[in-house]
Amino acid sequence: MNTYEYRKLKNTLASGLALACVILALIPLIYILAEVVMKGAPAMSWEFLTRRTTGTGEPGEGIGNAIFGTLLLVFYAALIGLPIGILTGIYVSEYGNNKLGTIVRFFNDVLANFPSIVVGLLAYALVVAYLNVGFSLIAGSVALAIIMIPIVANTTEEALRMVPNSLREGALALGVPRWRTVLKVMLANGRAGIVTGALLAVARVSGETAPLLLTAFYSSYWSLSPTEPIASLPLTIFRNFNSPSEVLLQQAWGAALVLILLVLTLNIGVRLLMKSKAKKSKAVKMKWMTRLSRKA
Amino acid sequence: MDDKIVTQGLNAYFGDVHAIKGIDIHIPSNAITAIIGPSGCGKSTLIRCMNRMHEVMRGARVTGKVLLDGQDIYSSQMDPVLVRTKVGMVFQKPNPFPTMSIYDNVVAGMRLNGERNWRKLDAVVERSLKLAALWDEVKHQLDASGVSISGGQQQRLCIARALAVEPEALLLDEPCSALDPIATAKIEDLLFDLKDKYTIVIVTHNMQQAARVADFTAFMYLGELVEFGVTKKVFENPDKELTEKYITGRFG
Ligand SMILES: Nc1ncnc2c1ncn2[C@@H]1O[C@H](COP(=O)(O)OP(=O)(O)OP(=O)(O)O)[C@@H](O)[C@H]1O
Ligand SMILES: [Mg+2]
Repeated sequence: MNTYEYRKLKNTLASGLALACVILALIPLIYILAEVVMKGAPAMSWEFLTRRTTGTGEPGEGIGNAIFGTLLLVFYAALIGLPIGILTGIYVSEYGNNKLGTIVRFFNDVLANFPSIVVGLLAYALVVAYLNVGFSLIAGSVALAIIMIPIVANTTEEALRMVPNSLREGALALGVPRWRTVLKVMLANGRAGIVTGALLAVARVSGETAPLLLTAFYSSYWSLSPTEPIASLPLTIFRNFNSPSEVLLQQAWGAALVLILLVLTLNIGVRLLMKSKAKKSKAVKMKWMTRLSRKA
Repeated sequence: MDDKIVTQGLNAYFGDVHAIKGIDIHIPSNAITAIIGPSGCGKSTLIRCMNRMHEVMRGARVTGKVLLDGQDIYSSQMDPVLVRTKVGMVFQKPNPFPTMSIYDNVVAGMRLNGERNWRKLDAVVERSLKLAALWDEVKHQLDASGVSISGGQQQRLCIARALAVEPEALLLDEPCSALDPIATAKIEDLLFDLKDKYTIVIVTHNMQQAARVADFTAFMYLGELVEFGVTKKVFENPDKELTEKYITGRFG
């Protein structure tokens, strides 16, 4: 066998092995998805999605308040966590070549690997107990926000580092101040990575259960109040799985399916949004294009 | 003739690396000055010191003076941002902003600094692209991305972008090293046209290019300025043996 054939063989073997591993990793994923869809789909109905939980296992009750609760929790968490996370990432990447930057980076890594139950404890101690708000929407959102921050900060930093240095220098050399360079050039070029990171963080926290147990707790009612306990999908799943009732168990599978769909919709939604935004700026450009080509 | 840029005892460091060693050079106004020398001798570093771009690198330091029209750009009252609008720079590798259209690239300096008047921007786009001899090639695709054109066009786009902020001097770091002879010739013609209005410093590895376009030539070696003078004199009758060796290719 000559060396070329030997190399080709090695190449085939290696890519075959990689493919096998991919399939191996996909099996549990597909299995879980199939299981959730099969067991959750029968629970689906308009009532199931819109009625609140009574917790008794009566037929005809739903998880509407839990869906709404999760949306609210994640919304407030994003409101708190995304700006802090993104700004931290910008600081560390663009201004962090100093002691403070190193320290922030270190704590980010530590926080990113914190068990989420400990974050829950922290939010409990801070919001529920110390600020004396009690189990509440806001306590839950704070816990989720704390989980989001390091994820968002790290992905933002990563995204900004991927932007070629030549672009930063190009902008600076035009007499653009540092902060504007960061805002208009670095962020514009790292946008895809930053949005992906934000999405990742939102998806990650929408399934968090443990910290909510200690903060948002649970409620079988509709609620908007930031200071009242609120229901959430993960906790509904958690509670109902512990019950002997067939109906409640089916509700749990239904809630799991809804949770998965929610994350998926979020993902696709943001992608579409980014696309339509690109189109819009193109329309604006068309205007001056016609202006200039008329002259030309 | 006046000197646009004068360095006095200029030293530049990267951490512990002493890249520029006490250089005194006079860059004449409205002329083209070429800087030549072997790789790593500090040509890029020298010109980056002239518009305060050296210090944006991590661990980079500068000592000494750089006078722009007699004013020290390293004095504490001097705003580096202002210095960079007066002394523009074109880099070795074309670096148009990929998220911006050709139009937006040209006026990036103005728009990023808040200019919104489109009449003004339109005029600047047309004028700068014409100056950079690119207008005819891109006038029908101004909305295309800045990276959708050829490398030579991208480099002229970067020159147009630098000219759009109306600098007084232009520093070019091997602007033609990635270009074919035709694109190179276009840029050389362009530099010729520009020197009436601008002071130009060009770093080049191409000896013929220096001889063709430059009025003055500086030869650097190991972070020091070995020789500076009228191009014809430097090439035909250099004072230093080192310069002659480098120019005739009998080096090392
Ligand atoms: N980022 C850096 N960190 C540390 N040292 C550097 C860095 N950049 C350049 N140097 C050093 O500074 C010296 C001058 O570099 P410079 O880039 O100015 O050379 P040059 O003459 O432009 O070379 P070339 O012709 O290859 O572009 C080199 O000896 C190099 O070792
Ligand atoms: Mg160089």
